[in-house]
Amino acid sequence: MAEKRIVLSNCGTIDPHNIESYLKVGGFKAYEKARRMKPKAIVEEVKKSGLTGRGGAGFNCGIKWELAMNAKGHQKYLICNADEGEVGAFKDKYILSNDPYGLIEGMLIAGLAIGARQAYIYLRGEYHPLNSLLVSAIEQARTKGYLKDMDIQVFEGAGAYVCGEESALMNSIEGQRGESRYKPPYPPQRGLWNMPTIINNVETLMNIPHIISNGSAWFSAMGSGRSRGTKVFSVSGDIARPGIYEVEMGSTLKKLVVELSGATDVKAVQIGGATGNVIPGYMIDTPLSHEAFLGSGAVMVFNSTRDIIDIVYNDMHFLNEESCGKCTPCREGTEVMLEIYGRLRQGDGKERDINTLEELARTMAAASLCGLGQAAAVPVLDSLRYFYNEYIDRIDQSQFLRSYLGGELVLSKEGIR
Amino acid sequence: MSDKKETTAGGHSGAGLLPSLKAEVEQKNYLSRETLEGIAGQAGLPLNSVYGVASFYAYLPVSAVGRNVIKVCNCLPCEIKQASAVVEGIRREIGIGPGQTTPDGKFTLEMVGCIGACDQAPAMLINDKLYGNLTPEGIAGILKSY
Repeated sequence: MAEKRIVLSNCGTIDPHNIESYLKVGGFKAYEKARRMKPKAIVEEVKKSGLTGRGGAGFNCGIKWELAMNAKGHQKYLICNADEGEVGAFKDKYILSNDPYGLIEGMLIAGLAIGARQAYIYLRGEYHPLNSLLVSAIEQARTKGYLKDMDIQVFEGAGAYVCGEESALMNSIEGQRGESRYKPPYPPQRGLWNMPTIINNVETLMNIPHIISNGSAWFSAMGSGRSRGTKVFSVSGDIARPGIYEVEMGSTLKKLVVELSGATDVKAVQIGGATGNVIPGYMIDTPLSHEAFLGSGAVMVFNSTRDIIDIVYNDMHFLNEESCGKCTPCREGTEVMLEIYGRLRQGDGKERDINTLEELARTMAAASLCGLGQAAAVPVLDSLRYFYNEYIDRIDQSQFLRSYLGGELVLSKEGIR
Repeated sequence: MSDKKETTAGGHSGAGLLPSLKAEVEQKNYLSRETLEGIAGQAGLPLNSVYGVASFYAYLPVSAVGRNVIKVCNCLPCEIKQASAVVEGIRREIGIGPGQTTPDGKFTLEMVGCIGACDQAPAMLINDKLYGNLTPEGIAGILKSY
């Protein structure tokens, strides 16, 4: 089975430095078509296509646009979220490097739909080398006269994972600390500088020109249920061919990690980065969809030499580091969880740790301000569900070690002394 | 202050703050108290709120760093491909560990979150340049080019 390249159709075939090569393959024809449509008609087409947000949350794109289109404000903003910080994610980097014009065209159409005159591409600081490519692509589009309805600027982040969360991202553009905001109000009502704002992931916007050109029926014929079209994945870890793959929604995990990426020994897969689901190898026939597992498209594969406790410890180390600190459940919860996982892997686990982890996870999922804290619980609860024995083993080993060492357990960086 | 303002966004206060801070880091490596005072004065903001913003972001250092900052990724895909061996390789070569700066001020070593090069794990950035598929043996050659 092969890939189905729609979002990536121009990647590797056009010259990202030259707009002419994009025009040659029919570039900006969808934008021309959209200019002849009423905003309402564009929104209807996107709504009917069933396109959902590709950044992880999976909200219906057309419905979101409709909210912004109907919202009142003397200025409306469009933001492309290119703050790809999820652990294991590099798909947007690939798209931006290879097809910046497809993104610009998608943004221009989104701007027509919601009535935005100003747009930003929020590029993560780690991708600084892509800044000049994007600016050059925007300037070439401007020279060709495509930026008459809306201007696009590149805004660079400065190394904060949480800024991928939309309200933190807007705070960052406004020159504040990248902390999440209380919701409601949601961005389509009151977003950047309190104006109606739409924030879409790179991949979501890349789908727009194809939907306008080929129609919503063509798009919604792919996939099933609430998951339509294709999805781009970045696959890494214990596989033969790490890289970017685009498959139809609902394809199995097996197709992605075994057939395309060449995995031969799959103990576990984490889907969606550090806050993603951790599922065991025997569930490899599960489909990749909003109904099952999807996330932002970061897929990490682990073979049988990997330890689940170490994996979740690493996830928690990252989340604890990146928690913005504004709300207590996330700030303190990730701290305590990191401490527990640190003890478990160093041989000082206690029986009550499992209950504490479960209780904390449920509190964080229910009470955290944004997706970071809410989803930090996911790998914890999943690993407890599917790899419970590994926790029990660690705790048993810890009890043995304590009895063997007569309670004189000395923990160092290297482990037990 | 730098005149390299990347965005003004229709005169909204604060809109240029992050770009100004980034431009200063590009020029001077880090944000000293004097630099922050200068930016605060220009923006008409109290020093503590400018410091608050700067210190929030990992790539806006508010204390001195070396002329070249090595950022080794320690997230899962890099960690399982022996990122720690790369850190050991760096320690052997220039004698510093994470969070440390060489006495000559040439290098600072930092451990960072995912840098989006998981297909080339283990990976690191030196300043803005990406190095992937690292081996402890290959480190010497890379560091010598700085």
